[in-house]
Amino acid sequence: MESLQKIISNPWVYAALVVVLTPFAGALLTSIDRKLTARMQGRIGPSWFQPLYDVAKLFSKNPMALHRPQLIYATLHLVFMVVAVVLLALGCDLLMVLFVQAFSMICLVLGGMSVRSPYSWIGSQRKIMQMLGVEPVFLVMILALYLRNGSFLGSGLFSKAEPLLLSMPLMFLAFLCAIAIEMEKSPFDLSSSHHAHQEIVKGVTLEYSGPFLGLIEIAHFYEFAFFFGLMMAFWHTNIIIGLIVAFAGLVFMTVLDNSFARLTPNWMLRFMWTVPLSMALANLIWLWVK
Amino acid sequence: MSKAIKKSPWVVHFNCNSCNGCDIEFLACLTPTYDVERFGVLHVGNPKHADVLVVTGSVNNRNKHVLKNVYDQMPEPKVVVAMGACPATGGIFADCYNVIGGVNKVIPVDVHVPGCPPKPEAMMDGIIEAVGILEKKRKGETVDAPVLPVKVVKGPEAPPMTPEMQAKIAAAKAAAAAKAAAAKAAAENQPEAKAE
Repeated sequence: MESLQKIISNPWVYAALVVVLTPFAGALLTSIDRKLTARMQGRIGPSWFQPLYDVAKLFSKNPMALHRPQLIYATLHLVFMVVAVVLLALGCDLLMVLFVQAFSMICLVLGGMSVRSPYSWIGSQRKIMQMLGVEPVFLVMILALYLRNGSFLGSGLFSKAEPLLLSMPLMFLAFLCAIAIEMEKSPFDLSSSHHAHQEIVKGVTLEYSGPFLGLIEIAHFYEFAFFFGLMMAFWHTNIIIGLIVAFAGLVFMTVLDNSFARLTPNWMLRFMWTVPLSMALANLIWLWVK
Repeated sequence: MSKAIKKSPWVVHFNCNSCNGCDIEFLACLTPTYDVERFGVLHVGNPKHADVLVVTGSVNNRNKHVLKNVYDQMPEPKVVVAMGACPATGGIFADCYNVIGGVNKVIPVDVHVPGCPPKPEAMMDGIIEAVGILEKKRKGETVDAPVLPVKVVKGPEAPPMTPEMQAKIAAAKAAAAAKAAAAKAAAENQPEAKAE
């Protein structure tokens, strides 16, 4: 048992485990999300392994691409997302994690912009708007974490015995809004949506097909697990309560997704820069005064 | 892999001037009563993401190019399901001047679902049938074109001509010929008249 612990505590082994296991966790979370959505609509819903079947199927399709840069951007999107997850898991600098995650999104935008499809272009432009809405909230959150922990390191999260949620409740709400944008949930599913026959079809991922769409799906699993992990970190002292907090966040997003229609990009930007950003700033000021 | 392709058929739906009966019934498959998503079926709006192409409506000369374009954009392996009577033969529109009458005159069809419109149960059955063909295609096996479940029915022939009608037509033709000859003669005479 002790030797096993020793092996896992080796950063290389730990990083490899994170890289291998995170997509499965992300796939499980995606299927929970789909199952919950189906139950809310009174349906049975797909099987628990559906996201894995989908990705395996996409990789069994013949590769079809418009040009080479498109493939490079899809791969880079996945690679930067994996790097962000590993950096977070190893407790590295949170600002670095944020920038690497943002760069992963930039790759998706570049991939969408590299083709001629107008839907793909609109999706990419909206993705940039979404990033504009989300990044200030993330930045303020990391500043607040610095004020609280005295360190930008992810490992500094565990330095205090008090759970994060008690000192950053408003920040958690703002963070939920930001995750809803990053996970493409209604009313924020502007750049691409999970449902067919909407205004810009599939937005950013429109021109990807087969294995290259599979890469983006896997990156999405990593992203889902990444944000779920961050939600769990709001109650780091007890893993059960942490799971409950993160699961409550997931249920909140699913309810949001099922009860709202899509709104415009301008509305989203106005909303994000007023309500969640001021909540996050209020929390920051409170931590500063305290 | 072959299990995965059977478990996750993503469907793109293309309407070739259908009366919307089949389309509404097909969308009804997504409702809680039928819930086609439990088979892993996703309704995608993009042929590049799709494995199954569902066509409704009798194809006409205007949209056959679009249909071909949608089909060509789908990555292999792919299957085509002709949903209803119209995409099989043209249905009740078979005699219209613009109707080609059958999807299989434009792209190869793998499954025909009969009915006007087919029931959602029949549609789901067709999709499941198509998934089996999809797996065969992935393995590289040859798949035979399906036998049409219905006969191609054309409208009644025009009635044979009566002697009176034939005489009328002959008289009209003779009158036209005489008129043409008179006009020709007049044209020939004209230059002489001018010269005088």
